[in-house]
Amino acid sequence: MERFQPNNHRGARRKVDKKFVFSNLLKFLKPFAPMLFFIFLANVAGTVLTLVGPKLCGMAIDLIDLENGTNFEKIRNYAFILIGVYSLSAILEYFSAIGMAYISRGIVKKMRSDVFAHLGTLPVSYFDNRQAGDIISVLSYDIDTVGESLANDVIIVLKSVVLIVGSLVMMMTIAPLLVIVFAFTVPLSAIMTNFIVKRVQPLFRKRSLKLGELNGFVEEMTTGQKTTRAYNCEEKVLEEFEVKNREAIDAYARAEYLGTISGPCVNLMNNLSLTLVSIFGAFLFMNGQISSGDISSFILYSRKFSGPINEIANVMGEFQSAIAAAERVFRVLYEPSEPADPADAEELTNVRGDVDIEHLVFGYTEGKEVIHDFSLNVHSGQVIAIVGHTGAGKTTVINLLMRFYDPDSGCIKIDGKDISALTRSSVRHAFTMVLQDSWLFAGSVYDNIVYGNPNATREDVERVCKAAKIHSFIMALPNGYDTQLTDNAVNISKGQKQLLTIARAMLLDSPMLILDEATSNVDTRTEQIIQQAMEKLMSGRTCFVIAHRLSTIRNADNILVMREGDVVEQGTHEELMRQKGYYSELFYSQFEAI
Amino acid sequence: MKKTLKYLKPYWRGVAAGLFLKLLGSVAELFLPLLLEYVINDVATNAALSSDVKIRMIVISGVLMVVCSLTALLGNIFANRLTVKSSGNMTHDLRYDLFQKTCYLSSKQTDEIGVPSLISRLTSDSYYVNQMTARTLRLGVRAPILILGGLILAFWRDVTLALVLLACVPIVGIVVSLITRKSVPLFSNVQKKQDVMVRDLQENITGVRIIKALGKTEYETEKFDGTVKDLASREFRANRLNSLSNPLATLILNLGLVAVIVVGAVYGKKTGTILAFLQYFVIILNAMIALSKIFVVISRGSASAARIAKVLDLDVGETVEELPEGDKSYKIVFDDVSFSYNGVKDDVRNVSFALKPGQTLGVIGATGSGKSTLVALMMRFYDVGKGRVLIDGKDVKSYTLKELRAKFGAAFQNGFLISDTVRKNVDYGRDLSEEEIDEAIDAAQARELVEGLEGGLDFVLAQKANNLSGGQKQRLLVARALAGKPEIIVLDDSSSALDYATDAALRRAISTRYENITKVIVAQRVSAVKNADLILVLDDGEVIGLGKHDELLNTCREYAMIYAAQMGGEEYGTLSAE
Repeated sequence: MERFQPNNHRGARRKVDKKFVFSNLLKFLKPFAPMLFFIFLANVAGTVLTLVGPKLCGMAIDLIDLENGTNFEKIRNYAFILIGVYSLSAILEYFSAIGMAYISRGIVKKMRSDVFAHLGTLPVSYFDNRQAGDIISVLSYDIDTVGESLANDVIIVLKSVVLIVGSLVMMMTIAPLLVIVFAFTVPLSAIMTNFIVKRVQPLFRKRSLKLGELNGFVEEMTTGQKTTRAYNCEEKVLEEFEVKNREAIDAYARAEYLGTISGPCVNLMNNLSLTLVSIFGAFLFMNGQISSGDISSFILYSRKFSGPINEIANVMGEFQSAIAAAERVFRVLYEPSEPADPADAEELTNVRGDVDIEHLVFGYTEGKEVIHDFSLNVHSGQVIAIVGHTGAGKTTVINLLMRFYDPDSGCIKIDGKDISALTRSSVRHAFTMVLQDSWLFAGSVYDNIVYGNPNATREDVERVCKAAKIHSFIMALPNGYDTQLTDNAVNISKGQKQLLTIARAMLLDSPMLILDEATSNVDTRTEQIIQQAMEKLMSGRTCFVIAHRLSTIRNADNILVMREGDVVEQGTHEELMRQKGYYSELFYSQFEAI
Repeated sequence: MKKTLKYLKPYWRGVAAGLFLKLLGSVAELFLPLLLEYVINDVATNAALSSDVKIRMIVISGVLMVVCSLTALLGNIFANRLTVKSSGNMTHDLRYDLFQKTCYLSSKQTDEIGVPSLISRLTSDSYYVNQMTARTLRLGVRAPILILGGLILAFWRDVTLALVLLACVPIVGIVVSLITRKSVPLFSNVQKKQDVMVRDLQENITGVRIIKALGKTEYETEKFDGTVKDLASREFRANRLNSLSNPLATLILNLGLVAVIVVGAVYGKKTGTILAFLQYFVIILNAMIALSKIFVVISRGSASAARIAKVLDLDVGETVEELPEGDKSYKIVFDDVSFSYNGVKDDVRNVSFALKPGQTLGVIGATGSGKSTLVALMMRFYDVGKGRVLIDGKDVKSYTLKELRAKFGAAFQNGFLISDTVRKNVDYGRDLSEEEIDEAIDAAQARELVEGLEGGLDFVLAQKANNLSGGQKQRLLVARALAGKPEIIVLDDSSSALDYATDAALRRAISTRYENITKVIVAQRVSAVKNADLILVLDDGEVIGLGKHDELLNTCREYAMIYAAQMGGEEYGTLSAE
C-alpha cells in the first residue's frame, strides 16, 4: 500500500556502497539462517507444485475424447491429484510468506532497537548538526522500507526465478519448437521494461521533489496565515501557490504518463506470446507434432513464464530504494560514539563544587573558534552569572562544563580533578540543568517530575512541587499528578512548564546547578515566581546562570561579561557598574529614555 | 465525495474519452481467448477443412490477434494518459480551492480546525484523493469491464462452463473483501503505534541534553525497545492476515480450473472451449484481485475527501456592516470591549481607551493577560463579543478587511518568516521600493545584521528562519512592520530577544523616524513602554491601569511592582537624579 510521505526527497543521490550494505544486512539475517533455509525450501517446493499443475491439466484435457468416449475415472483421479497439488502449493506459499513476515519483523525490531541504542551513545554534536526529521525518517521510513522489501520482494524474486526456470523446462519438454517464440518476446519485453524504468525513475524523483516543495510551501504559509492576512497579500501567496501546484501536478503527470505505460506494454508482450503460441501451436498440431492437451499446458506455462519476468523488473526498483534506505540505516550505526571513558576514569563522588577553568579554547567547527582563552575559578556555593549577546559563547561554556563537547585545549577541573579523566556520567550527575526550552515528554505529570530520580516518593514530589509553586496548579488539573501531558490535551503555559522542570530539578541532589536562560520565555510575574523557586533550588549549590535580563543576576557572586568568546569584564554587579564598561552600558540601556 | 466528484466535471470529456478507450482496450483483450478458441476448435482440429484453408484461417486469426493486442495496448496507454491528465487537473483545482479557502479562513475558523490539521488536509489528504481518482479511473473501470465482459463472453460460448466461472467469482470476492476489511483496522493499529514511536523519537532528540545529563539513556533505550516490540508485533499481525489473500485467491482460481476441466469432460466440451475458459478464468480473477485493492484506496480516499470537503464548505464571506461612526479625531478607540475565544470565559473584559494619531500606546501585562488579543481585535482577526473598536472613528466592522489591514504594519509575537530572501520577507508582497525597504531595515536596527549576511538583502532564510537567531528574526519582523509607512505600527512583543542596547536604539529610531505614526507596543519589559503616551496594564483580561508611566507608578500597584522587579527600586532613584 502506497503511503504518503511528506518530504521524501533526500537531496542528491550518491552511489550506494552495495558491499557495505550487504555485509551489514547479512549480520542481521544470520540469526534467521535456518528459518530462511526452510522458507527457501517451502517456497521452491510450492512453486514447483504450481508448475506441475498445468502439465496435469494438459494430461487431463487430453483424456477428453469426444469420439471414443472419455475416461472419467482417470479424469477424476487427475482432478483429485490437481486439488491436492494446488492446495499443498497454496499452503506452502502461505507459510513462506508468513515466515518472511516473521523474519522481517525480527529484523525491523532489531534494527530499530540497535539504531536507537546507538543514538544514545552518540555525542550531542550529532543531534546539533542534524534535523530531527532526518533522524526520525531513518528510524521510521527507511527501516520500514527495508522490512517491507525483505518481507515481500525476496519471496517474489525467489518465486519468480523458480517459475521462470521451471516453466521454461516444462515448455521445453512439451514443445521445444514453440519455446522459440519466447526468444523473440522475452528480450523485447526486457528491453521495453528497462527502457521505461530508466526514464521513469528520474521523473518519479522529480515528482517527489516537486510535491515536497509544494508541501513545504503549504506548511509554511498555513502557519503564517495570520501574517499573510495582516499584510493583505493573500493573492500574492495564491499566485505563488499556483506556480508550485502547477509544477507539482505537471511533474506528477509526466512521471505517471510514462509509469503507466509499462503495464499495457507487458500485457502486449503477453498477448503477442499467446498469439504466436496459438498460431504456431496450431501449425504443429496440424503436422501432428503436438496434442491439443499439450497446447493447453504450453499456454498455461507461457502465462506463468512471462508474468515473473516483469515482476522481477518491478521489484528491482523497490530493491534499489530498499538498499539505499538500508545504507542510511547502517550509516547511522557506524557514526562514531562518544569516545569511551578512559579505562582508569574516576567516578566523581562527594562533590564540593569547586570549578576551575583553565585556558579553555573551543570551536564547534575546525578553524572557527568560539571560545578563545577562557579561565575562571569558582568556589563551592558561588553563583556565577554569564551575560552577553547571543553568540557570545555563553551556552558553549555550559556545553563544555557538561562534557557535551570536549575542549580543543585547556581544561575544566571539578574539585581539582580534570573532568576529562572522570567518567562522563558522574560529571553530568554533578550538575542539574534547567534550560530555556523546558523539556517535558508525553506521560503523566508525576512521571515527568520523577524522571531524574525514580526513587522519589509521592511525598518528595509534592514537596518539591509546593516549593516550586506548581502544586496547586497540578491539583487543579483533571487528574492531578496523573494527568497525561500529551500534545495539546492539557493547556499548560510556558511558565508552568518551566516550573515543572524546576520541580524536577529540585528532586535531584546535585551539588551544582546550571540555569540557561531559564526565564526568558515568561512574563515578569511568572518570572518572579520562578525566580523564588529557583532561589530555593540554588541555595547551597554552585550555580551557573545565563540570563539576558540583568535584574535577575544582580546578586551573583561573579558576573562574567562575554563578548565574542572572550570574557571582557568580570566582577560583582557593583564592581562592574563602577567600571562603567560594557556591562554598565548594557545595564543602563534598559532605562534609557526615548 | 460528491464535492470531490464535482471537481472532475470540467474534465468530463477527458474522463469520458479515457473510459471509452479503456473499454475498447479491455474488450479487445477479451477477444483474444475467443480467437484462440476459434483457431484450436474450428480450424486446427476441424477435419473437414483442407490444410490450405486451415493455414489461411490460422494466419488471419493470428493477424486479428495481433490487431487486438495492439488495440489493447494503444487503448490502455491513451486512456491512462487521459485519466492521469484529468485526475491531475482535478487535484490541482481541488488543492487550489482548498488552499485559497485556507488563506481566507477567519482566525476563529483556523483555530477550530487547527493549523496542523489544515496542513495535513492540504498535503496528505489531497494526495490520497488524487491517488483514489487516478487509480479508480485507471483500474476501477478496467476491472469491472473485464469481469463483466469475461462473463458475457463466457455465457455466450458455453453456459455450463460459464456457470462454473460464475460460481467462483463471488467466492473470491467474498474472501478478498473479508481479508481486506479485517486488515484495515489492523493497519490503522500499526499506524497509531508508529505515531507513538515518532513522538518518542522526537522527544528523545529534542531532550538529548537533559537525557544525557540525567543519565537516562538506558532507560530511554529500554522504553523504546518496548515500543518497537509492540509495533513489530502489530505489523506482523497485519501482514500475517494480508499474506493469506494471495495464496487463497490463487487456490480458488486453480480449483476453478480443475472444475472447468472436470465439468468440461463430463459435458463433453471441446478442448479449445476449455482452453478459452481457462483464459477467461485468469482474466476475471486477476481483475477481482485488482478491484479489491482499489477498494482500499477508495475507502481511504473518500475519508480524505470528506475532510477536505469540510473545509471547502466553510463560509468565509466577509461581512461589512454600516455602523454608527464615532469621534474622528481619535485614531484607535476601544469602547467597552469584551471578547472570548471559546465563548465561555471572557479573555478581555470591558476594555476602553482612546488614542490620538501619532500617539504611542504601550500594553503591558503577564502572559495570557490578553495583550495580543487586543491587537487581534484591532485588526479584526476576531469580532468583539461586546462593545466596539473604532479606527479613525469608523467601526472596524464597517471596513472591508483589505481596507482595514492596509492601515497596519504589524510584527506579531513569534512572528512568521518565509524561507525566502530577506528582501521578500520585509516586502511581504507589497511591492515596496528599494528605499522604503532600506529605510525600514535601518530603523529596525537591522542594517548591520543584513550586511553581515551572505548576499545581504538577497540572503535566503532557512525554513522557520532556523539560520537566524531570535533577536535577528525579531529585527526583520520589525522591519517588515515599519516598511511602507503604515498608519498604525503594531509591535507585539517584538524586542524581547534583543539586548537592552539594541532595544533602546530601536525605540529611539521608531520615535524619531515614525513620529507622526500611531504606534501600539505590546511588551513585557517596562523599558519598552515607559515612554508611551498611554500605558495600559492588563491583568487576566481586565484593565487595571491606564495612564502615563509616572502616573501609573503611583496609581497602579501591579505596574509599580513589575517596574521594581525589573529595574530595581534604588537604581530608579539614582538614575532619575542623573
